[in-house]
Amino acid sequence: MIEIKNVSKWFGDFQVLKDINETIQKGQTMVICGPSGSGKSTLLRCINGLEPYQKGEIIVDGESLSDPKTNLYKLRQKIGMVFQRFELYPHMTVLKNITLAPMKVLKKSKKEAEKKAMELLERVGIPDKAHEYPANLSGGQQQRVAIARSLAMEPEYMLFDEPTSALDPEMINEVLDVMVDLAKEGMTMIVVTHEMGFAREVADEIIFMDEGRIIERGSDEEFFTNPKNERTKLFLSQILV
Amino acid sequence: MAYNFDWSVLWRQPYGMWLLQGLWVTIKIGFLAWIIALSLGIVIGTLRVTPWKFLRLFSSAYTELFRNIPFLVQLFFWYYAGPMLLGDRLGHYVNQIMGLNYYVAIFALGIYTASRVAEHMRAGFASIGKEQYQAVLSTGMTQFQMYRYVIIPYALRIILPPLTTEFLTIFKNSSIAMTIGVAELTFMSYRIDAETFHGLEATTGAMFIYLLLGLTVVRIMGFIESKFKIPGMIGR
Ligand SMILES: Nc1ncnc2c1ncn2[C@@H]1O[C@H](COP(=O)(O)OP(=O)(O)OP(=O)(O)O)[C@@H](O)[C@H]1O
Ligand SMILES: [Mg+2]
Repeated sequence: MIEIKNVSKWFGDFQVLKDINETIQKGQTMVICGPSGSGKSTLLRCINGLEPYQKGEIIVDGESLSDPKTNLYKLRQKIGMVFQRFELYPHMTVLKNITLAPMKVLKKSKKEAEKKAMELLERVGIPDKAHEYPANLSGGQQQRVAIARSLAMEPEYMLFDEPTSALDPEMINEVLDVMVDLAKEGMTMIVVTHEMGFAREVADEIIFMDEGRIIERGSDEEFFTNPKNERTKLFLSQILV
Repeated sequence: MAYNFDWSVLWRQPYGMWLLQGLWVTIKIGFLAWIIALSLGIVIGTLRVTPWKFLRLFSSAYTELFRNIPFLVQLFFWYYAGPMLLGDRLGHYVNQIMGLNYYVAIFALGIYTASRVAEHMRAGFASIGKEQYQAVLSTGMTQFQMYRYVIIPYALRIILPPLTTEFLTIFKNSSIAMTIGVAELTFMSYRIDAETFHGLEATTGAMFIYLLLGLTVVRIMGFIESKFKIPGMIGR
């Protein structure tokens, strides 16, 4: 369970996150949407300790991220993250990209790590790309490798930061399909996305952020058809063509 | 009075042998100094971007100190004042080492070039996007593991072309070692001049040997570059 309690964060004088409160239960999928600059990526990065916050508390499975005794490296092992621009290691093959952390962090043997990596590549549909370099893959394939790389650490939570917004339209679905499967298998996921089809299909909760605040939350069709907030209404009307 | 060319000083014994001996010393100084420069430069360059302030201060002080003082001055300093820094007894002992000037040349050239390698490393790190670092950390790796296994190998590949230049420069700078009496290639060409008064031929010979050495280094580095080229990165 991830609990976000009264979290505020500043970059200098600029307040990016304003009193955020949210709880994500195990097995749930939460979708975050909102206009550019509203603090979505920052919130994700706070959740796995890549960014510090100045007020409030984020607690993952009972461990507070701001507690100096918390080992952030250890905590991140169970929180995978997928980025908009994939962020694969360009100088390593797909297989090395996936096996690196399991071998160095979990101390798995090469054989064990590669076996797991191949299973994951099978699962995301590109086992034949194991020995390619990232540059030789399409965007959709790269993003699926990135997901496999995160899953190789056998995380309990997965964070996705606009995983499909750098992709050509014809590749979006191959990535979303993988994510839908993950959600249905019970992975706990926090997904920043504007793919409302995906949100409708798997989200247990949808939150809408604007200027660092959560201004609307919903868990069902209500959110799309009858949002309470004017900003949400406007935003949804723009993305739900 | 016309100058009588005598190119045979380039191969006549013992002069031909002298040039070869000089070349061998130049190659040894260059390679050994490069090993120091590369390993120390990687460490110093990496410390410069780590989250620990003290280490950052230390490494920027190092870089600024060594790259802003002329190499010749540094060489003199290490050779004449270096042993004194070690205190009376150790200094005295060091001063008696056979071929001390040769070791000082390697040391001085190595730690000077390390400051330049460190600067290239910093540029390499800066050209890697912030999210790439975050992606590594998000897999649970520590700062050390992140640099060791992903970021340093990546940055080194990015800065291979400027590293080639540094490697070339180290052989050229090694000629300065003659000022403390190291019998490297330039020193030997002067020595031939002193004995035969055919300095023009000897220096020209040395020039060609440096050129060949440089071209060989470029070939080797070109091979390394093609082997370690990051697929998809624009070729240079
Ligand atoms: N390191 C930083 N220093 C200063 N300001 C920052 C920093 N990172 C982000 N910001 C600012 O914080 C605000 C929120 O950024 P964030 O990236 O979280 O937004 P976002 O909701 O993810 O937007 P987008 O949809 O464009 O990705 C923006 O105004 C951004 O300019
Ligand atoms: Mg963002």
